[in-house]
Amino acid sequence: MSTTAAQKGGLGAAIWDYLTTVDHKKIAHLYLVAGGLFFLIGGLEAMLIRIQLMKPDNNFLAAGLYNEMITMHGTTMIFLAAMPLIFALMNAVVPLQIGARDVAFPFLNSLGFWLFLFGGLMLNVSWFTGGAPDAGWTNYAPLSTTSPGHGVDYYVMGLQISGAGTLIGGINFLVTIVNMRAPGMTYMRMPLFTWSTLVTSTLILFAFPALTVGLFLMMFDRMFGAAFFDVAKGGNVIIWEHLFWIFGHPEVYILILPLFGAFSDIFSTFSKKRLFGYSAMVFATVLIGFLGFMVWAHHMFTVGMGPIANSIFAVATMAIAVPTGIKIFNWLFTMWGGQIRMTSAMLWSVAFIPSFTIGGMTGVMLAAAAADFQYHDTYFVVGHFHYVIVGGVVFGIFAALHYWWPKMFGKVLNEKLGKLAFWPFFIGFHLTFFIQHFLGLMGMPRRYWVFLEGQGLEAGNMISTIGAFLMAIGSVIFLINVVYTAVKEKKADGDPWDGRTLEWTMASPPPHYNFVQTPLVRGLDPLWVEKTEGKEGMTPAEPLGDIHMPNASILPFTMSIGLFIAGFGFIYQTDDKTWLVASVIGMAITFGSMLTRSLKDDLGHHIHKEELEEDIKKGVGK
Amino acid sequence: MANSSHSKPTRQMEYEKKQHKEEMKQQVITFVLMILFTFVAFGMVIMEVNSYFVIPTLIILAIVQVAFQLYYFMHMKNKGHNMPALMMYGGAAVAGLTIITFSSIIWW
Repeated sequence: MSTTAAQKGGLGAAIWDYLTTVDHKKIAHLYLVAGGLFFLIGGLEAMLIRIQLMKPDNNFLAAGLYNEMITMHGTTMIFLAAMPLIFALMNAVVPLQIGARDVAFPFLNSLGFWLFLFGGLMLNVSWFTGGAPDAGWTNYAPLSTTSPGHGVDYYVMGLQISGAGTLIGGINFLVTIVNMRAPGMTYMRMPLFTWSTLVTSTLILFAFPALTVGLFLMMFDRMFGAAFFDVAKGGNVIIWEHLFWIFGHPEVYILILPLFGAFSDIFSTFSKKRLFGYSAMVFATVLIGFLGFMVWAHHMFTVGMGPIANSIFAVATMAIAVPTGIKIFNWLFTMWGGQIRMTSAMLWSVAFIPSFTIGGMTGVMLAAAAADFQYHDTYFVVGHFHYVIVGGVVFGIFAALHYWWPKMFGKVLNEKLGKLAFWPFFIGFHLTFFIQHFLGLMGMPRRYWVFLEGQGLEAGNMISTIGAFLMAIGSVIFLINVVYTAVKEKKADGDPWDGRTLEWTMASPPPHYNFVQTPLVRGLDPLWVEKTEGKEGMTPAEPLGDIHMPNASILPFTMSIGLFIAGFGFIYQTDDKTWLVASVIGMAITFGSMLTRSLKDDLGHHIHKEELEEDIKKGVGK
Repeated sequence: MANSSHSKPTRQMEYEKKQHKEEMKQQVITFVLMILFTFVAFGMVIMEVNSYFVIPTLIILAIVQVAFQLYYFMHMKNKGHNMPALMMYGGAAVAGLTIITFSSIIWW
């Protein structure tokens, strides 16, 4: 009935436990493993791209395969690696930081993960069924609507399914943070990671519907003979670009904001200081989220929107540099005069500041609409967005993983290996992407599978490829560290970093009900408030009593697998109508699962006071 | 002590009764207004008033009706609805921005 049954069994029981879990900490593990796997696949694709561009006129990858490679690299890294890794962190940390026992909708949390995973698997199945999507990660029409084969169909269905999962996840965190904060945890006492998760979830809620609509239009154009993007029949290809970027620009803030939050927590903890300018940081986070919706057309300066539209979007884009600048300076001032400990997490965070700032400055350069006509679709743009995404998001994920690893898995990642992974990655990152700005300025266009000899592009591309290999070495060392830590390191205690926020008030990893008693929050950095008054842990806000917990369920898994099967039916019914049977079967599985969920009462279970008292004797919850 | 704690619930009940009465009154008024608006809307279309007048008027009436629905029937006028309000206005702003862009940049 409850999760205790699974703890006694073997591997099969453990797998079943993870398939059915609704515990946010286990869902965090699932997101981490799946996201990590897709990160490796996306990384492998990046390596193949860099090998192809190692020398002029290379024929390592054929032109068509190269198109598939860049498309899948971008799509995988954004949707299937960065997003789930961020969700892994949110799941692992946010309920703990606000003093909640679980998220608001544990069942939906699980559904969100499985939808994402099956969407991602669907996208990658295309490699084995006659060609991956090849119209770029932006999938612009008419290139995408006229792309032969089923590659783009996979893109549409895969992203539709995983996008639904992301939307569900975002709504879940929104409700969790609004409704489930512990007594005393006011909005202006929330840790920055929680704040940025709140803003990110809002962006997901408003941005993803635009993608959903765009993908539906694309699906009907490609599979059911509609003509939304067919100019010959009165359609308009620019609609796709607008819909995609109305989603796509908030998406890049969805990626970076949670890591801004994580950096804030890390800088504060490892400088032993309260975050400098907390309220300004909150304000800047909200402002970035707000402005993020008004700048999407800066991706489309060369489309021909006219000088007025271009100017408006250029100015709005440059305005975002202001709140981001506030953040950069506040992080610097947080470290200023602090007792800095250069742990691996801190190392990644410190390296993030100059790296991301370079990306921000090229961002302002690109925002100047007139200049953008020169930069557009060159390697300058590639250099820019890799500086913000790798230098911001990936550095942030590494930093946050080092920081919260003990809370997620009960062991501190080996520090020596952590630093050993950092240096090749950091040096490799700058080698790979810094030179790409200059390649772009010299006129090397992005997305071309070869460049020609004797145009002065050889050295730059060679350097870039060497850098990519260094990044791969860094990633492999990180993986070795994960294995080494799991095998060799000893168990960490609840508060290995001398932390400041609620997640460090409990054992590592926490019991599945998180808090034995809901804590009373008495200020910003609640644990630090108690520590300065010489107390061991938090003051409880409630007497010890029974805890109500949700039951595990396989239904999210079956709902997602139903959509996965139905997706194949929709893709292949263009060849042969009998494939519609697969759609019907898939949808039947999904709707059957939903019906079961609706009709069967599932009221959860209680953990009784006596069990809790026994757990306390064993040292849970300090 | 015992006396005051005993009398509190009755006062509470009286207060709540008064509140409910007030609420009921407001709901009836808004309900009547909404029906009236609907009649006005139908009337204008049936009487074939100039469409340059009818279309904006209908939109305004619709917005007012939605506001009545949200604020009186769904209690958004009451306390503790700041977050739903923020989300709804945020979503409406994003949707509005999209419509403005599409109608000004793409289809103009």
